[in-house]
Amino acid sequence: MSQDIRIKRGVDIKLKGKAEKMFANVPQAKVFALRPDDFHGVTPKLTVKVGAQVKAGDSLFYSKYDDRIKFTSPVSGEVVEIVRGAKRKILEVKVLVDSEVTYKEFQIKESSKEDVTEILLESGAWVFIKQRPYDVIANPSDKPKAIFISGYNSAPLAADYDFALQGKEKSLQKGIDVISKLTTGKVNLSVDGSQSSSVFQNISGVELHNVTGPHPAGNVGVQIHHIDPVNKGERVWTVTPQDLVIIGDLFLTGKFNAERVVALTGSEVSQPRYVKTIAGTSIENILKDNLKSTNVRVISGGPLTGTKISQDGYLGYYDNQITVLPEGKTHRFFGWVPWLYNNIFSMAGSSFASTGKEYAMDTNKNGETRGFVVTGEMEKVFPFDIYPMYLVKSIMYNDIGEMENQGIYEVAPEDFALAEVINTSKIDIQKIVREGLDVMIKEVG
Amino acid sequence: MKFLRDAFDGIKPDFMPGGKREKFYPVFETIETFFFTPDHVTTSGSHIRDGVDIKRLMTVVVLALFPALFFGMYNIGYFHFEQLVALGQQDSYTFMEAFLFGLWKLLPIIIVSYAVGLGVEFIFAMFYGHGIHEGYFVTGMLIPLIVPVDLPLWMLAVAIVFGVVIGKEIFGGTGMNILNPALVVRAFLFFAYPTFMSGDKVWVAGASEVDGMSGATILGQLGSGGDAALQVGSVNHVYSVMDMFVGLIPGSIGETSTIAILIGAVMLLLSGVASWRIILSGIIGGTVMSFLFQLWGANPLMDFGWKHMLVGGFAFGLVFMATDPVSATQTNTGKWIYGFLIGFLSILLRVLNGFPEAVMLVILLLNVFAPTIDHYVVQASVKRRNKRVEDKIKKALSA
Repeated sequence: MSQDIRIKRGVDIKLKGKAEKMFANVPQAKVFALRPDDFHGVTPKLTVKVGAQVKAGDSLFYSKYDDRIKFTSPVSGEVVEIVRGAKRKILEVKVLVDSEVTYKEFQIKESSKEDVTEILLESGAWVFIKQRPYDVIANPSDKPKAIFISGYNSAPLAADYDFALQGKEKSLQKGIDVISKLTTGKVNLSVDGSQSSSVFQNISGVELHNVTGPHPAGNVGVQIHHIDPVNKGERVWTVTPQDLVIIGDLFLTGKFNAERVVALTGSEVSQPRYVKTIAGTSIENILKDNLKSTNVRVISGGPLTGTKISQDGYLGYYDNQITVLPEGKTHRFFGWVPWLYNNIFSMAGSSFASTGKEYAMDTNKNGETRGFVVTGEMEKVFPFDIYPMYLVKSIMYNDIGEMENQGIYEVAPEDFALAEVINTSKIDIQKIVREGLDVMIKEVG
Repeated sequence: MKFLRDAFDGIKPDFMPGGKREKFYPVFETIETFFFTPDHVTTSGSHIRDGVDIKRLMTVVVLALFPALFFGMYNIGYFHFEQLVALGQQDSYTFMEAFLFGLWKLLPIIIVSYAVGLGVEFIFAMFYGHGIHEGYFVTGMLIPLIVPVDLPLWMLAVAIVFGVVIGKEIFGGTGMNILNPALVVRAFLFFAYPTFMSGDKVWVAGASEVDGMSGATILGQLGSGGDAALQVGSVNHVYSVMDMFVGLIPGSIGETSTIAILIGAVMLLLSGVASWRIILSGIIGGTVMSFLFQLWGANPLMDFGWKHMLVGGFAFGLVFMATDPVSATQTNTGKWIYGFLIGFLSILLRVLNGFPEAVMLVILLLNVFAPTIDHYVVQASVKRRNKRVEDKIKKALSA
């Protein structure tokens, strides 16, 4: 059974540097790192010391507030460094990879929810399951009313699942079979209704939804809102297809193989392509001799939601995309004069989405931060039955009841990414929403 | 422009915290960002940002006011020389003469508007240590366009201090105000100096010094039972609909020309600054009310019908004041209600109270009610969401 959802509000931002559908030949990195900051809200407790030998699937650290949730090494090798920041906060746990990766063997049991949960927790694959509300790692004790998988990513320059997951159909199906044990409700899979998908066409055991419309139609939050919205006290879980493949692989082989197909994208990349690698890889080899200039912003993830990293940094644990944009730290003469410089969203309105022209945008904010002046702009790109400005304001004045009323349970920071892009007042909306969610976790739980 | 950039970079340390001119940083920043957009970059979240910021948006609004401004200049000269010709004091005049006369009369008003208003903004910015936000850029241009040409400059200055402080700064500055500051200025003038803001001597430059001149606005004349005419001595010039549309009628400086205002409206709508919902629903509200009055038809003001929308501050108020995104309603549904009420009530008050400039006061009134309208619109969405939970509980209980 399939159900159609049409999203009207939003905009497809066309950026230069889409990854060509071919694999680049990149030598395997020597060092891999797990960054606790990739896992929002987790306080890490180390289980290894520098010098320890680990296999792929061995725990590196666990969550201080729920020791069942383990974070395991994606590769085998030696723990070479634990990078700490202010107040001895753990920033990175680095593993020097063996010449050949060896895997910890897991005894697979999958007859019940408890079996599946135990294997997922033990192998570290649990962290791929996130929950709404709050967009954090799911609590294994919760009973989600449904599980949602977004089968396509509508964000600018996003990796094409059809290409990236080619040949992984078996693992994907296994992953879906496994996680459907975790809920008594439905497993919902949404696919791009505007084109047929080769990877998802034969998937079974799911409720299929065809979604059409501009970004953020591919955001799982938007899909949940239109399929089965989250009410107060309810939980739904989400998993991305590339993580389902890892879960499926785990249950097929007994090994935790955090392999990733990563799209290398952005206007500053000479040859934007796909790369086969492993979660947490050092990106040095991937970017080597493949950048057009040195004054660039390297982002693990996409241009709207990714994390800024250095050119010799590490791929974020959940990311399957690296984006390189020109850094925009320059002053422009009379840059505020209308129509003089590129002002592609608000001024040109929707024509921007339809022209098909691709833009190279830099990281300049294009203005100073101001109070909210322009109204109605966020609504154009925010396809929820929620008033985004009222929600953001309620977070800013920290009124829990009001946040609840305005619909905070249904949103994640990524849902506000476009609103942040077009926001005339240059406010960091995703950051504000994240703070709001954190307050809610603390106060309501 | 490297030398200019170097010059700014050279003196910047003086204005930074710890520098000897630290207090004046807002002033420095305003001047710097006038020439150069800041080099602020994104740090997290969306790494790319749209090219439009408040500074650029405000520039568009000021540009959108230019057609009305230029027409206002010409109109000042046109009526001034028309009365002289009608009284036989002058034989003829050229277009350029009229325009330059208007410029001569208008320029001091604009200068006072910006000097006083920005002065207040600078003081507040320095006091609170925030930057000078661009809001006054637009307000400063709106104010000269909504006052009569012969208003004494000192009155204007007093009104602007009142308007900017009470209308905006006490709320926290740009983006925080409840009322439209330009309208607060106008309302202050209206109540503090009524003889300079109404009657038949203030709308035409120099009219108060001329005997036998009636430069009343169309609404003023209709209100007193006359017809839409300019009377100078024994000459009686009846205004056509075309005059009203083009704007060759007496009135506040920038408000007379419907066509100039429409050009501005198109610019505002194309750039996405103004809400088409407010403008459209305002026109609908005005049409409904004026049509109802025309059916009644008890006096000349009622008989005036749809032409109400061509005269007085209706078009200007609707396009440039009602659509001010800060003081208007913020939800889309709210914008429909807000615009409709402005159109509807403006004509209602105009006709029943004989209150020619009702538009401005109605917009101020609706400014006050905008948050209430929004509140109910937003509550409807909250109720929808809460109902979802209730339905679910009911379903579970009945199952």
